[in-house]
Amino acid sequence: MKFVDEFRDPEKARSLLGEINRLAARIDICRHRPLALMEVCGGHTHAIFKFGIGNMLPDAIELVHGPGCPVCVLPMGRVDDCVALAETPGVIFTTFGDAMRVPGSKKSLLQAKGDGADVRMVYSPLDALKLARKHPGREVVFFGLGFETTMPSTALTILQAEREGIKNFSLFCNHITIIPTIKALLDSPEMELDGFLGPGHVSMVIGTRPYRFVSEHYKRPMVIAGFEPLDVLQSAWMVLKQIAEGRCEVENQYGRVVPERGNPAALSAVSRVFELREFFEWRGLGSIDHSGVRLRKAFAQYDAEKKFSVPALRIADPKSCQCGEVLKGVIKPWECKVFGKACTPEKPLGALMVSSEGACAAYHQYGAINRPHQQDSAA
Amino acid sequence: MTLLANNTKAAMGRRRGTVSVPAVTLAHGGGGSAMRNLIDDVFVTAFDNPSLDLLEDQARFALADLARLGDRLAFTTDSYVVDPLFFPGGDIGKLAVCGTINDLAAGGAVPLYLTCSAIIEEGLEVSTLRAVAKSMAAAAADAGVQIVTGDTKVVHKGTCDKLFLNTAGVGIIREGVDLGASRCRPGDTVLVNGLLGDHGAAILAARGDMELAAAIASDCAALHGLVGDLLRAAPGTRFIRDATRGGLATVLNEAARASNVSIRITEAATPIREEVKAFCEILGLDPLYLANEGKIVCVVPGNEEQAALEAMRAHPLGRHAAAIGRVTANDPGRVVMDTVFGGQRIVDMLVGDQLPRIC
Repeated sequence: MKFVDEFRDPEKARSLLGEINRLAARIDICRHRPLALMEVCGGHTHAIFKFGIGNMLPDAIELVHGPGCPVCVLPMGRVDDCVALAETPGVIFTTFGDAMRVPGSKKSLLQAKGDGADVRMVYSPLDALKLARKHPGREVVFFGLGFETTMPSTALTILQAEREGIKNFSLFCNHITIIPTIKALLDSPEMELDGFLGPGHVSMVIGTRPYRFVSEHYKRPMVIAGFEPLDVLQSAWMVLKQIAEGRCEVENQYGRVVPERGNPAALSAVSRVFELREFFEWRGLGSIDHSGVRLRKAFAQYDAEKKFSVPALRIADPKSCQCGEVLKGVIKPWECKVFGKACTPEKPLGALMVSSEGACAAYHQYGAINRPHQQDSAA
Repeated sequence: MTLLANNTKAAMGRRRGTVSVPAVTLAHGGGGSAMRNLIDDVFVTAFDNPSLDLLEDQARFALADLARLGDRLAFTTDSYVVDPLFFPGGDIGKLAVCGTINDLAAGGAVPLYLTCSAIIEEGLEVSTLRAVAKSMAAAAADAGVQIVTGDTKVVHKGTCDKLFLNTAGVGIIREGVDLGASRCRPGDTVLVNGLLGDHGAAILAARGDMELAAAIASDCAALHGLVGDLLRAAPGTRFIRDATRGGLATVLNEAARASNVSIRITEAATPIREEVKAFCEILGLDPLYLANEGKIVCVVPGNEEQAALEAMRAHPLGRHAAAIGRVTANDPGRVVMDTVFGGQRIVDMLVGDQLPRIC
């Protein structure tokens, strides 16, 4: 496949791995412990497992799977709100596919659908708007979810709805922002990270500049990374090179997609439609200031939280769940007390076990090969 | 086959009923003349064979005739609820014939007879039903099987989705053919007869939920001819299964678990159409789990690999046949794939449906 196969070339992978090994040998930290590199984005986690990158890397590098899977960090109370909206008479509730199975305190959207709610999977918010046009007698609610990657398409859909004067469409907004989240991770005392693979598709929208605080204030190298396996390897190599050379910068490996200033048209649509919430609740990480957005007042008629009564209860994660520690990279998925026992992909307790981008689901599905290898290296 | 020839005389001379209304109504399921007319007009006319024309409650076979073909009877059933009813490469009728034939063929059986049971939603156009029946008849004729008995029910609007079909099938297994998921041994080779994932991708695209146009047609086909050729060329064949729902990954996991062996496949050797790969890339799906309706996975002893491959490639439905992996002893119950990138990953069973990823 054009533009894909080039980035999966095993020959190039071998030569990059050779370079990575040579660099690791030059880095002091690697003599005492593995370098901890966090891939912030769930898309990277998925690629790492799908292509078996974890077990290709030398023991001197440990990949920590970050919180950048929007489905995984969705708190239970929010899923309950989705279910309540979906079960409101007359509502067609539309969502991206992988949010369907996330457990709420009582049920997931998939279960609500089984119980008779009209829940439909869409690929784009514009598909949800199309449903609203097609069913003028129904209320179509779109479950807006994701970081800056998906925010512009939601914003443009709201603007389109306004232009067309569509009244039976609304947004249940759960969009979240990446920068406060990375900051919260770096401020967490449990964190011991040596560098970051930055989220490629978020950066396609916001550009590379907003990450400068990572290198300037927290003195950690960051490389904005693409999602093909060679992208991931090259980005890891670039982080190691910075460390070996004593540099600390924000670099852009994904230049074919990510411009330094991001996408101004997307950013302007986002800021026209959305404003920051004071705080937003994350599963496992708790409340993070200014980490979520909501619709501006001018678009209140499209706000499902205003249009319908939403329970908006805070539901604590199940006590046995250690999603937060996994999300922060403090423990490995299999070190969680319920991993593979009370919490499995068939019956997930925590959201990390749901999406294929979730670290636990990825380990459960693909990862058993990697485990002994990484346990050895940690010992 | 002429096993039903005795019935011909009795069937002669009966006048078949016809339907003159455009849509199926509840009256067509009422057991009276309307139902009789529907069955005659749609099914008996399309399937056109003496056993069915008798409209007895069962088809009858002479045991002695069956026994000449082999030493075991194979018997299977499958239901078909595909949406949309018509899709690129096939329709629910062709699927219902080929799917059940393939379930027989995967056991090494020569398929002979099918049943056809239709559950029809009130309001379905009679012309749609006729088109489906015609397609079933064509598929059955191509495959050399007969649809010999059936049933029709009409249900209230909203209690089924347009049309559901069930077909049961009877076939005969020749002496000496013994296939099973638990018979795989280390050293065996895993083969497929062609490009994987076409049906699953075609249906997803045809459903239109994803608003993605893709020029992918279902691979829906009856595979008993290919299986016959394979078994003649590789008589030691251990296991055959058609890789329908759950795709290649599910079949391999079932075999690895049942035989308590590991199966190691090579991504680069696994044949998947470029269009299907691209479709999966965009939606975040894994083609290894996509359904097929004209693909078998088979495990043959290592020394029969070449013969099996040649036999499959010589058949029109096996032109892209490939050896995709090996059975090994270490790590029993597990399926591992060597990725194109040079890594390894586990290929596990799927939990539920594949859900497209958010971004």
